[in-house]
Amino acid sequence: MKRGLEGPPPEQRQAPVGRRNTQGIRIDPEVEARQDPRRTVISALVEHEPGVLSDVSGLFSRRQFNIESLTVGPTQDDARARITLVVEEPDPGIDQIKKQLRKLVPVVSVHELEPNAMRRELALIKVDAERPDQVAAVADMYGAKTVDSSPETATFEVTGSRQKIDAAIETFGQFGIREISRTGTTALARGTDETTGPSPAEASVTSAEAAKQDSYTQPADDD
Amino acid sequence: MSERAASVTPTETDEQDDEHIDDSATPEAATEADSSADDAESGPVTTGAESVVRALENAGVEYAFGVQGGAIMPVYDVLYDSDIYHVTMAHEQGASHAADAYGIVSGDPGVCLATSGPGATNLVTGLADADMDSDPMIALTGQVPTEFVGNDAFQETDTTGVTTPVTKDNTFSSDPDRVGTDVSEAFALAREGRPGPTLVDLPKDVTNGETDREPDEPKTPDTYHVQERADPEILAAAAERIENAQRPVLLLGGGVIKGDASDACREFAIEHEIPVITTMPGTGAFPEDHELSLEGAGMHGTGYANMAISMCDTLIGIGTRFDDRLTGGIPTFAPDAEVIHVDIDPAEISKNIHADYPLVGDAETVVSQLAEAVDESPQATKWRAQCQQWKSEYPMTYQAPEDEPVQPEFVVEALDEATSDRAIVTTGVGQHQMWAWQYWTYTEPRTWVSSHGLGTMGYGLPAAIGARLAADDDQEVVCIDGDGSFLMTLQGLSVAVRENLDITVAVLNNEYIGMVRQWQDAFFEGRHAASDYNWMPEFDKLAEAFGAQGFRIDEYDEVADTIEAAIAYDGPSVIDVHIDPEANVYPMVPSGGDNAQFALTEDQL
Repeated sequence: MKRGLEGPPPEQRQAPVGRRNTQGIRIDPEVEARQDPRRTVISALVEHEPGVLSDVSGLFSRRQFNIESLTVGPTQDDARARITLVVEEPDPGIDQIKKQLRKLVPVVSVHELEPNAMRRELALIKVDAERPDQVAAVADMYGAKTVDSSPETATFEVTGSRQKIDAAIETFGQFGIREISRTGTTALARGTDETTGPSPAEASVTSAEAAKQDSYTQPADDD
Repeated sequence: MSERAASVTPTETDEQDDEHIDDSATPEAATEADSSADDAESGPVTTGAESVVRALENAGVEYAFGVQGGAIMPVYDVLYDSDIYHVTMAHEQGASHAADAYGIVSGDPGVCLATSGPGATNLVTGLADADMDSDPMIALTGQVPTEFVGNDAFQETDTTGVTTPVTKDNTFSSDPDRVGTDVSEAFALAREGRPGPTLVDLPKDVTNGETDREPDEPKTPDTYHVQERADPEILAAAAERIENAQRPVLLLGGGVIKGDASDACREFAIEHEIPVITTMPGTGAFPEDHELSLEGAGMHGTGYANMAISMCDTLIGIGTRFDDRLTGGIPTFAPDAEVIHVDIDPAEISKNIHADYPLVGDAETVVSQLAEAVDESPQATKWRAQCQQWKSEYPMTYQAPEDEPVQPEFVVEALDEATSDRAIVTTGVGQHQMWAWQYWTYTEPRTWVSSHGLGTMGYGLPAAIGARLAADDDQEVVCIDGDGSFLMTLQGLSVAVRENLDITVAVLNNEYIGMVRQWQDAFFEGRHAASDYNWMPEFDKLAEAFGAQGFRIDEYDEVADTIEAAIAYDGPSVIDVHIDPEANVYPMVPSGGDNAQFALTEDQL
């Protein structure tokens, strides 16, 4: 008995002319290229309750989003905490991160910060103190504060952009670094701009133009 | 528990009856209290467990599925006196599938209960299943007393931790005053917006603890927002696109059924004569016997649906998440189509397939908005003729020579023939599921109950139990199962017998885990590693051992009479149908393949 169904075989069928890229976008001259990842800061206001951080971090790990840093802390409102996320994804991925975050019930709002937002990180850098004068000079160069010193070591506190801290660590490296602890980036919007974004309901795609163009904020230059 | 028992003495309840009637939330509750003075519902709440059960009663829960155990005992003790009918299942996995199916058929969240530790972990498969298919469901799990939490106590599991990835939301309830409201909230969350499973973890000291707090009404938390109506600007653009479409297709997903939008979609499709494809969870959203229906697309969809979805220029997807079993390879999915995507969950927009016209909102509301906005029907006469031609080019037929073993398609058609249009089909997962989908003609929503996203073998029988209790009395419930799938949860037969549930199970028995064998034949050179199940029990005799009615089919001339007898039997019956062990499912689009290149025979794979 012949197994299977009747009908023209694959090679005799009509075929569509188009293609989509792997992000599901129909390929046409305007959006042909696959988008490159960019680094951006997402600020989420969440209910200050147990488990919320694990909800957020679990979301990132199970959906395989590439996360650079995550910081969390209280806000002026006792019932709310702010989670600041630095992520590196192509635009559709960043869009998906924001939408998936908004789906979590304890998440109050999610906002992607403008590239000009204030971003700061704190690092504690413990170095060998064999050459105190030179160490002090480097610390001075980066505006680092001495938080601890002993005959063998000196520990400095540096705050600033990621690049500044990277640079400080590199320069301190000549003395021999014993330990480093970094906080990850925290950020706020400048001036009167709101760091707290639209509520989940307001955050849906609201204009046909925005939906069509896939327009997002400009790539960040990270301070 | 002794505290609670002491506090609900008949005298006390009597005294407080009148007071309760005044602020009774539901008319039923008031009537109950009137008719029986010592009814448990009528007394005020005294413990966390009473508040939990009161929350379920307030939400209108009729049935709960579960298994008793140490940490959930306080809740069961209250259920014992409640009007909620508790169905004791043989395994917690069955409880979660039964609750899931109850939610699919009724539209209201199904309820399942389990104790801490192994009880809770056994629910996980059903929670994951409901989560993938966006089915409304609520799970209540017992937990060790708060003071032992985190100490690896007997039967302790971090249930909220384990279930976070597979629930819409979950809560560790830590306060007797709050526990009832936690349950109310979980109920509302399971149902509203995009439905899904929710869980409340109930430490024993919280359910045993004293409280006089009545639960609040079911209401979602303030941080949960659902957008009902689509943006008017995008909607107008989408309507214009539909009017100018030359090759339009409506793709109806499971969200159409969950959003009760089937009628609105039917009207829209018929008025504008747009061919309709349903996804597998959308089965029944549009009548498959209608001329415009192309049935289902995707991996085992019809040839005509797959041709139409590949060639269309305008794809109106409603309540679908563009799962990979539907799309095949992303680059070749509807590559000429501008996509209009209606979904209540913004995160589904452009997740897999870019939406040119994203319409976030409730399916029924948005389709009504579209119906109002679309003035002229698309000029698609040629396209409709093309779709009809594909129907004749790629017919869903099969050969059934008398001297060959019984073909599964024949059995599915015979079952369809023997039952009414409103009969409910549940299935396990595998080849039998695909035949049940392809060869049964579905015409009504909420009549196809199957495991789609998770693909859970063993879903069929417990789902039939849940579906039976949610269905109308005149609706037959038929479980079309596979031998491998049935074997995974058949202990549920004991429940069906105890409750005398009128369900008919047809096991399409090929002594293989057949879909795996089909893939092994196609992609692993026919090496049947661990897929040969030639050690199957005789399911008809097994059914008899459970106290169900057993039947067996080996020949074509037994099919009609046996099915008739099994359907007529008032109670659970099992037909062990020995089908052609070599039968395979076609058409087939290999995983990640091009839908238009579906294989009709093995050598086309």
